Amino acid sequence: MLDSIGPHTTAGPGTAFVATSASTAGADVAVRLTDVTAGYGDRLALEGVSLAIPAGTLLAVIGPNGAGKSTLLKTMAGLLRPRSGTVEILGSPAGVQARRVAYVPQAEAVDWEFPVTVGEVVMMGRYARIGIGRGAGRHDREVVRRSLETVGMARVVNRQIGALSGGQRRRVFLARALAAEPDLYLLDEPVTGVDATTQEDLMDVLDAEARAGKTVVATTHDLACAAHRFQAAALVNRRVIAAGPAKDLILDQRLLAETYGGHVLVLPDLAGGILLDDAHHHDEPPDGESHYHPEQRR
Amino acid sequence: MNLGAFLLEPMTYGFMQRGLLAALLVGVVCAVMGTFVVLKGLAFIGDAVSHAALPGLVIALFLGIPLYLGGAIAAVGTAIAIGAVARRGGLRFDTAVGVVFAGTFALGVLLFSTIRHYTADLFSYLLGNVLGITTTDLLTIGLLGAIVIALIVILRKELLYATFDPAGAAASGLPVAALEYLLLALLGVTIVVSIQAVGIVMVVAMLVTPAATAQLLIDRFGRMIAVSIAVAASSAVVGLYLSFYLNVASGAAIVLVETVLFLAALLLSPRHGLLAGWRRAPEVGTEAS
Repeated sequence: MLDSIGPHTTAGPGTAFVATSASTAGADVAVRLTDVTAGYGDRLALEGVSLAIPAGTLLAVIGPNGAGKSTLLKTMAGLLRPRSGTVEILGSPAGVQARRVAYVPQAEAVDWEFPVTVGEVVMMGRYARIGIGRGAGRHDREVVRRSLETVGMARVVNRQIGALSGGQRRRVFLARALAAEPDLYLLDEPVTGVDATTQEDLMDVLDAEARAGKTVVATTHDLACAAHRFQAAALVNRRVIAAGPAKDLILDQRLLAETYGGHVLVLPDLAGGILLDDAHHHDEPPDGESHYHPEQRR
Repeated sequence: MNLGAFLLEPMTYGFMQRGLLAALLVGVVCAVMGTFVVLKGLAFIGDAVSHAALPGLVIALFLGIPLYLGGAIAAVGTAIAIGAVARRGGLRFDTAVGVVFAGTFALGVLLFSTIRHYTADLFSYLLGNVLGITTTDLLTIGLLGAIVIALIVILRKELLYATFDPAGAAASGLPVAALEYLLLALLGVTIVVSIQAVGIVMVVAMLVTPAATAQLLIDRFGRMIAVSIAVAASSAVVGLYLSFYLNVASGAAIVLVETVLFLAALLLSPRHGLLAGWRRAPEVGTEAS
């Protein structure tokens, strides 16, 4: 029943299965969307999306603004009920296994003036586990401390979140997700607007989680980062254009053109700028190439 | 007259004792609830819900059932209806609230105008009369206030998370929609117990001003609630004494003391204060020159 189709196959009626070198045919599927249509009000953001993500995959969701990347993540998180189709998360309908899922919204969606400290925000990741009417225990405090150390933020535990830099804010929200000890991370632009060091640090953490068997799904606008640091990718523009090994998809000009609409002329330049570098400098993401702005490159 | 006599004399009157206790109870409940109102941006909803309580109060008067019950049904019902509109979307949210708010209030005034005998009481609904509070009122305020505070204390973690990041909280499995409806219902109850003390028109000040004052001074959630309570309690005491000695309206006196404290915080706050801003501004100028 599961069509395991190759990365270069555009999604037709079948399910785009994220087949990567790490995943085998028998691997557990952490996320399975079947013919999902979703949106807000009159506007449909996603139409007929089918996607299967094996457990332990580090997957980048790529697509232009308004392509439905955030909607896809919210649908997986159970925050948005699809109009039609089914969403299966960790073997159950979306929302049922919520304690095994950590969702991090975009930075713009957060009220940074809110009177909470870094430590309090990270502890929120524990709340669902602690349960109503009970306080944090020693173990919870230990998990929070460890999570903050993992992202290098242990020193600012008592600082109000508004006093943090953009990169520090992303680190703290990743720490909150870590503190939940989830099996599935759903991260909306976790490395957008951060410096190269922070991006590398955060990607190291996500990579380690994926290696530990956790599934990580992150939206990004950064094609270079996606190609370098993510194992798999899903190209999205209202539907899944393709899914498979990140580098293969991003090197495929035809698929990128299809994903980003009528900006085909941009692509040779982009591919040359980023991806020819790739073969020689595996560990250095090109600075200044972190954002893809098709409309500015014409 | 020495200070002891100054403070004790009003308390020789039963109505002043009950009034002070009621003002303190209402102040504290509003201060706690108000912290969520300020952080979630519910001030306009609070104002709407307090006006929407009027038809409930009048109908209760018609039917001879307890006023608090009628007011509470109207206020909580409106609060939850507003919550449902907010979740559905469609119409601009503040527009929908504005329509509900004016419509229900008009209904209340219209109903009121049909009862000739009670016309004088309309003012006590609109502006409050904390000095007219009976022992039964006091018990009702105490009981309902205790329920509101107890639920907020029990659910403080979940309410904090749902207020700060509703999406993250819902995705982690917290019942965010239920928590938001509960918060609105508690807002409705808080408003109804406050109407007798400060009146429909000024309830929103009791909800917003102490918490807003605290927010100017403090950037920690727990301490913000504590400062908000302190502002509300001291305003209740000072306002009531002012109303006694100057013979002015008690609800208005309490709200004005809160407003003065807010203005003081606005001037003097180390981080957000206007004075701090002015002090910083010349430094920038010196650097530039």
